[in-house]
Amino acid sequence: MSKVLLEIQGLRKQYGIVEVLKGVDCTMQEGEVISIIGSSGSGKTTMLRCINMLEEFQGGHIRLEGEEIGYEHSGSSRRRKSEKDIARQRALTGMAFQQFNLFPHMTAAQNVMLGLVKVKKMARDAARTVAEKWLDRVGLASRADHYPGQLSGGQQQRVAIARAIAMSPRLMLFDEVTSALDPELVGEVLQVIKGLAADGMSMLLVTHEMRFAYEVSSRVIFMNQGVICEEGDPKEMFVAPKTERLAEFLKTSSFN
Amino acid sequence: MGYTLNFAAVWRSFDQLLEGLLLSLGLAFVSILIGAAIGLLVAFALISKSGWIKRPAAAYVTVIRNLPILVLVLFAYFALPQMGVRLGKIESFIAVLSIYSGAYLAEVFRAGLLSIPKGLTEAGLAIGLTPLQIRVSIIAPLMFRNVLPSLSSTVISLFKDTSLAAAIAVPELTFEARKINVESFRVIETWIVASGLYVVTCSVLAALMRVAERRLAVPR
Repeated sequence: MSKVLLEIQGLRKQYGIVEVLKGVDCTMQEGEVISIIGSSGSGKTTMLRCINMLEEFQGGHIRLEGEEIGYEHSGSSRRRKSEKDIARQRALTGMAFQQFNLFPHMTAAQNVMLGLVKVKKMARDAARTVAEKWLDRVGLASRADHYPGQLSGGQQQRVAIARAIAMSPRLMLFDEVTSALDPELVGEVLQVIKGLAADGMSMLLVTHEMRFAYEVSSRVIFMNQGVICEEGDPKEMFVAPKTERLAEFLKTSSFN
Repeated sequence: MGYTLNFAAVWRSFDQLLEGLLLSLGLAFVSILIGAAIGLLVAFALISKSGWIKRPAAAYVTVIRNLPILVLVLFAYFALPQMGVRLGKIESFIAVLSIYSGAYLAEVFRAGLLSIPKGLTEAGLAIGLTPLQIRVSIIAPLMFRNVLPSLSSTVISLFKDTSLAAAIAVPELTFEARKINVESFRVIETWIVASGLYVVTCSVLAALMRVAERRLAVPR
């Protein structure tokens, strides 16, 4: 019997007067792999970033394993949690970014070790062992002492995934992780993600790789103008979209 | 003009000049170290979103940068004792140069902070680092590397500012040179040698900073 990992209720987010998320509801079971698709500006990346509080949100609830993320609610008022609490909650999720965002002055191993040492308070040699294990897992054992500037884009992204996953997050968030890569480097990164999915890691992926979403996701969410427009089994959704919007989106996207 | 250069008197007192140079270097080193600590804190304050943090920092930088350092030196040494703050010559000058370099370094550091991609902070947040940990482990080390080229000229300029300590009789290089000048009447020779010492020292400082730049460069 699977249990609920993530619960999003009535999520609202605005920048000034522009409403980006207009009440998103979504529940995710442990072990699910969910792809979020949609055109740019649909709010998919913003939704992902709300889950680890890289974006503040103005309304609704996000709960991870039952714990309220980001804000303290009392009655109708709410208050942002302390920076320390938010940092602890962020460590429950891992995130990989479109631009990799590796720390350029640290080697691949040091990038992975930083969170283990500073957040998990692990001893340096123990952290090094964990880092090497995960770098090996993403096929980069031999690059542990290379700096990001000495690695290809695909290798950098794999280090970034190792850095996130080494923290043993409850949920992995992938934000268009292949969008900044040369086409020939996309495959190696997707391969790593597929491996994690096979291990049962719970994952939310914002992606433009429709073929990949089709192959790895247990469920697909299609977002449009700040709301979830359609969701379901990728095998059904991609073949027989129920909404006009999705049909149109699929026609213009790379999936065919 | 029938003047013949004669350096004998200057060479006889050369030890005094070297002692003065050593003190100049000491004054600069201590002041820049304290100034760098001040500058780092103020630079983070300058880029803070909170006006309550930003405004006092901006006021400090504006006031200090718009004052001639000589005025600060004289103020600290002659006016502060009247207000009950009594410091020795050297302590007083170090305090002034620290506060002065703090304002200049804050501006250098601020520029360096602005050039660091926001994504790195987000990556740090995403693995659960606190904002302070991110500043210490990621932003400050990268910022230092970024600003090393402009830091070099600021450091040299601050080293040269130690000559103003002569105004309150701190026995650094310029003060010692003036003493030799007065005692030996070898005006031209004295100031040629003193100038040479400044030029050589500054060149060495610049070379050291370039070595640091190369050593610390992010490998690629």
